[in-house]
Amino acid sequence: MSDRGVVWLGSPSFPEAARTALADQQLRTNLRRATTTIRDKRLAVAAELDDWEELRTAAEAIKRRTARHLDRYLLQLEEAVTAAGGSVHWAGDAAEANRIVAALIQATGEREVVKIKSMATQEIGLNEALALEGITAYETDLAELIVQLGEDRPSHILVPAIHKNRTEIRDLFAAEMAHWGEPAPEGLSDDPRELAEAARRHLRKKFLAAKVAVSGANFAVADTGTVTVVESEGNGRMCLSLPETLITVMGIEKVVPTWSDLEVFLQLLPRSSTGERMNPYTSTWTGVTEGDGPSQFHLVLLDNGRTDTLADTVGRQVLACIRCSACLNVCPVFERTGGHAYGSVYPGPIGAVLTPQLVGVEQAASLPFASTLCGACYDACPVKINIPEVLAHLRAEVVEAKRHPLSPEALAMKAAATVLDSPRLLSAAQKAASLGGRVLAREGRIGRLPGPLHGWSDTRDSPAPPAESFRTWWRKNREGTP
Amino acid sequence: MSSRETILARIRGALADVPAEEGPEHVAVERAYRRSHLEPGQDPVELFAERVADYRATVHRAAPEDVPAVIARALTERGVGRLALPSGFPTELLPGGSRQWQSEPLTVPELEALDGSVTLAAVGIAVTGTIVLDAGPGQGRRALSLVPDYHLCVIRAEQIADDLPDALARLDPARPLTFISGPSATSDIELDRVEGVHGPRTLDVVIVEQSVEQSVEQS
Repeated sequence: MSDRGVVWLGSPSFPEAARTALADQQLRTNLRRATTTIRDKRLAVAAELDDWEELRTAAEAIKRRTARHLDRYLLQLEEAVTAAGGSVHWAGDAAEANRIVAALIQATGEREVVKIKSMATQEIGLNEALALEGITAYETDLAELIVQLGEDRPSHILVPAIHKNRTEIRDLFAAEMAHWGEPAPEGLSDDPRELAEAARRHLRKKFLAAKVAVSGANFAVADTGTVTVVESEGNGRMCLSLPETLITVMGIEKVVPTWSDLEVFLQLLPRSSTGERMNPYTSTWTGVTEGDGPSQFHLVLLDNGRTDTLADTVGRQVLACIRCSACLNVCPVFERTGGHAYGSVYPGPIGAVLTPQLVGVEQAASLPFASTLCGACYDACPVKINIPEVLAHLRAEVVEAKRHPLSPEALAMKAAATVLDSPRLLSAAQKAASLGGRVLAREGRIGRLPGPLHGWSDTRDSPAPPAESFRTWWRKNREGTP
Repeated sequence: MSSRETILARIRGALADVPAEEGPEHVAVERAYRRSHLEPGQDPVELFAERVADYRATVHRAAPEDVPAVIARALTERGVGRLALPSGFPTELLPGGSRQWQSEPLTVPELEALDGSVTLAAVGIAVTGTIVLDAGPGQGRRALSLVPDYHLCVIRAEQIADDLPDALARLDPARPLTFISGPSATSDIELDRVEGVHGPRTLDVVIVEQSVEQSVEQS
């Protein structure tokens, strides 16, 4: 499992991380502002299409068709890309994908690459792996640049720097840009327009000099071999058309059967992610084109836990995800904790169902519980992934993985049944709980229980028990009065 | 076993529940969505103009004979004097005057030194306000309409498709395609859209109206 990446090693469990995040007022303000803005925009542009539900239904069906015949579509894609002058590589896990990409870059003799924002390369920890090989990867998406300059971690699928507001970004640019290249202009303000301009100037020379680019892919069309990148800033276009070599890393689930299937996804994706009728730029390319763009194109097909996910007949629907992040923006839990608390490159509701499947539930056991099961994510999902259903399914798996005939939780439940059957035992137990609970509690709540009892407290806080039970209070104050 | 074989074997193992006789065509895909979101009687050219303008691009509508004058006015307003000109761009559309037109071959630094580019388009999409370039005649390779900070795109009214499904059907995926919806923008700061990052920060779109003769011919 350690070869898969996805989760950040040493991250605390979700409840622990969430507690820290909830105490951060600035973070909660930033998140509330951003998610409110995007929610309203998404609803407005989705409402413009009176067949939104029919589009979702079609998208879900296309993804189901693809998943059920994935081997066939991948082989078709490989054949079409190869016929168009590209090379296709297969990577079983993160470590293998990183080795392939590093070797391809080394073969060009280059030591620097420009990158388009990509969840797949985040997932496999490509930048860190390349750094070990002496290769510097420059993130060119504005939000990824913010994360890279701040030696930070992404906290959102679409807008990885959503946890930072404009003033924090200004301060970061002023302090850090000079260490990576073109410094921030003197007297930079926190006006988003000026910040975007600073990013443009900072990256310009890198684009113009770059010989190798690394990208992800939003879609790859099996019958034509066409790969698609959806973006806003033009950094994607720069990376896709100026360098000599292009290396694209994509999860095997990103394949779609036909060119015309894109008519569904290109309507759903921009409206669901940035709340626009269409994102500023979408690029599609098929292999290589003489005299236009890279002369070398490599497509790396990444498994990294996806075939394990596919094997779960309930969980496999998660592979339909098009990474729009609408589920993050509507989630009451995400809005309060932010993305870092999930300890994974895939945060929010989709992360809670994708991460444990990619790395195994035992590696991310708290994530299926990082939800209230309110269902807002399911309603917002443009490909109709039933996230609450998968959450419940994974919760059962977590419990199953931890089950033991004499587990402390099972013993406690058995004891509870005996105690609750007897008023005398219950009264004694309540007195003990009142004492014990108040010893354990901090600031009125019980967090982690000691010893074998932590199985109960790992995923939930409990209020400290009151000083006396209701039954005691009743006897003292009300008994005998009418 | 190669990784390719391993992954394919894992996929087949994972899909043990899929009956062997099932083909992709047996998984129903109901396409009950609309082919077009245009209202009956709605003019696609009018809608295209509105939607392009929504992205804060500037839209000009011109009769064929007025195109050179409209381009001249736009370039003067923007203060754009040195431009990249893709091969195959119709010379009769070009305004006179003191402007410098640079033809291919152009290196990337040469493109960077120019003020802008003027291109044709392959297809327009009314509902989304999108222009699509396919690197065909008059459009140039992708870098040409990307590196200079200003892009003026000339599109003929009859190139505008109602909606995305029709537009994709008109396009050839074997060509490198660029779908452009307004100038370069980002939503990365507080999820609020601001225009102007790496692509051209100013986009002018000139719609060439159909002449009377063309309309008569089509009807």
